[in-house]
Amino acid sequence: MTSLRSAAILFTLLFALTGLAYPVAVLLAAGTAFPFQAHGSLVLAAGDRVAGSQLIGENWTLPRYFQGRPSATSGAPYNSAGSGGSNLGPTNPALVRVVEFRVQALRDLGIEGPIPSDLVTASGSGLDPHLSLEAALLQVPVVSDARGIPEDQLRERVLALAVYPAIPFSGPYVNVAALNRELDRWHGGDGYGSS
Amino acid sequence: MAIPDPLMDGATVLGFLLLVSISAVLFGRYLARVYSGGLSRGPFGKIEAGIYHTIGTEPDQESGWRQYAKDMLLFNGIGFGVLLVILLIQGFLPLNPMGVPGFEFHHALNIAVSFVTNTNWQVYSGETAASYLTQMAGFTVQNFLSAATGISVAIAVMRGITRRTTDRIGNFWVDLTRTVLYVLLPVAFIAALVLASQGVIQNLDPYVETSGGTAGPRLIAMGPVASQEAIKELGTNGGGFFNANAAHPFENPGHLTNLFEIFLILLIPASLPFTFGELSGRRREGIAIFAVMLALFLLAFAGLYAAEWYGNPTLARTGVSGIPMEGKEVRFGLGGTALYAVATTATSCGSVNAMHDSLTPLAGMVPLLLILLGEAVFGGAGSGFYTYLAFIVVAVFIAGLMIGRTPEYLGKKMERREITMAVVVILVPTLLVLLFTAVALLIPAGAQAMLNPGPHGLSELIYAYTSMANNNGSAFAGFDATTPFFTLTGAFVMAVGRFVPAVAMLALAGALAEKKTVPSSPGTLPTATPAFVLWMIFVIVIVGVLTFFPLLTMGPVAEHFRMIGGI
Repeated sequence: MTSLRSAAILFTLLFALTGLAYPVAVLLAAGTAFPFQAHGSLVLAAGDRVAGSQLIGENWTLPRYFQGRPSATSGAPYNSAGSGGSNLGPTNPALVRVVEFRVQALRDLGIEGPIPSDLVTASGSGLDPHLSLEAALLQVPVVSDARGIPEDQLRERVLALAVYPAIPFSGPYVNVAALNRELDRWHGGDGYGSS
Repeated sequence: MAIPDPLMDGATVLGFLLLVSISAVLFGRYLARVYSGGLSRGPFGKIEAGIYHTIGTEPDQESGWRQYAKDMLLFNGIGFGVLLVILLIQGFLPLNPMGVPGFEFHHALNIAVSFVTNTNWQVYSGETAASYLTQMAGFTVQNFLSAATGISVAIAVMRGITRRTTDRIGNFWVDLTRTVLYVLLPVAFIAALVLASQGVIQNLDPYVETSGGTAGPRLIAMGPVASQEAIKELGTNGGGFFNANAAHPFENPGHLTNLFEIFLILLIPASLPFTFGELSGRRREGIAIFAVMLALFLLAFAGLYAAEWYGNPTLARTGVSGIPMEGKEVRFGLGGTALYAVATTATSCGSVNAMHDSLTPLAGMVPLLLILLGEAVFGGAGSGFYTYLAFIVVAVFIAGLMIGRTPEYLGKKMERREITMAVVVILVPTLLVLLFTAVALLIPAGAQAMLNPGPHGLSELIYAYTSMANNNGSAFAGFDATTPFFTLTGAFVMAVGRFVPAVAMLALAGALAEKKTVPSSPGTLPTATPAFVLWMIFVIVIVGVLTFFPLLTMGPVAEHFRMIGGI
């Protein structure tokens, strides 16, 4: 048999095995064993609506809600059909300007002291669902003001939702959308959450 | 931001690398069994035998290096053609719920070359430009087959070194089939399910409409991600299902999946030295190779971690505390980000969990350097190992000149032909990087493609050609490589950077297989000693760093001083 024929037949066989059989097998196995995860860990809202995904960050802009990290996705922030980072380099004046602008916006809300860097920098995916616990706690006075909840109660809620990762690479963090939905359930929402 | 604890992070990394090392020893032995035909009597043996019967070959029908190289090129040529066609006509094919059209020709050409060469440099954004069929039957197929090609060549090269007075180095069809059946498919399948259990999606659903917080509805991109993710890491391919690659929560949802993916990236490249130890009957040689790789890996990790730990004083002045987080995800932390960045560029993976473009200058230089070293620190699946062997040939040659002996390795004399081939392997990617970076700088296309001003723009350009010539695929992603100048020169650079070294190594293996083994004497330079390990580290670093020193000075080093000067 010529090399060309061998190559063509072998390619066809391996194509069927790796490009069709393999992904379909994973589709069936994952769909059966982990249907919730396989379809995006979706959080359902009232009616047939999907509120979001447990894993994908969302854009929270009202003072009644904890805000997540800035997002540089294409088109609009937290565009979950167009992930990506800003790719701004460390000495790019545009990066310094945008960080200064965000810091000022937080100062305008009455937040003082050093600002945790995750709160004013865009994530690589633009869909980071998390915020460091420190950055979430910093916003407690703002949200407490907007909702009229005592600060210590709100702080307790935040701490209750904090994740302490088993691998010590990162400090504790919170899932911003989960926190905001919890707030809506607890204290009545605007219908943005899942309640 | 909680300040990371370097001692704790360092201990975690050491523990993790210990786990990788143990797994590599065991998996390396398993690989040795696979390529000696030890699994052909197992459950998949019937499929294997059936494949050989269909294509008319037998495991003992071995060929010389020329035929082996010819078969390899032919097979990859077919793969390239099929992928190119899929990319061009995906708009007319099924499994395209978002109705994406076919790619423009120069993009399709670049992408097809990119996936066939194990580079996975991406001039497109996965969730907006590729159909599910393209991801599965196009990209996933090449993720398997390009990795299998690299591993097969590495195994053939091992045979060339360990055999004597023969002109046969193996049967490409057999090596390839065994790699897919016994190595890549089973591990990828299990890994895909592990990832899916942690939240990596695997479906053919249309994109889901959600409320998206308070700023209006958003679509969430879906797709068969887990199957792609598993093989993209295991095969050191690196092409992301999504634009954000493994920074995307659906590709890499947590700190545990992050470590698991790093483990997959390192598994095969770290195992091959031990496979070589088994196949050559000299385990100490395998351990010595692994030791060099591990030492360089740790150095790189320490460098990247320290640079990010030092941070960005310009940003600190705006009232921001903690490590720089632009382009990073909270869930990975500094340790998980640095470890991933080093693993993906030490190997030829190129998948990223943070945007390298936004790393501080010296931290960003570490991935660049690791790729520039020719990816000999673990390296790509297979390609890393044979590149490392080229470095060994150069190292014993230089050592031979210094002590006045004929250079030899494992009893094989290194003569003119072997040295020439080894130098080709090391110099070809180097020349491609320097030549095309210079050309791009001389014409407007180079500067126009840069996102960031100043020395950082130059770093973006150097990184682009470095990544393509060494088949890594990661990027300083602000750089716009979608114009015809970059897609066409890029396709050329990726193809030459992949196949010229592979064929040269097969030629070297063929030449070595024909030689007799000379018994070792007191004058023989021992290659499994700590002294030789140190010597290898020097040779790799000196060759890599000296070649690119001027470029690195004008890019990342200049930017570092600019940053601490606060200009």
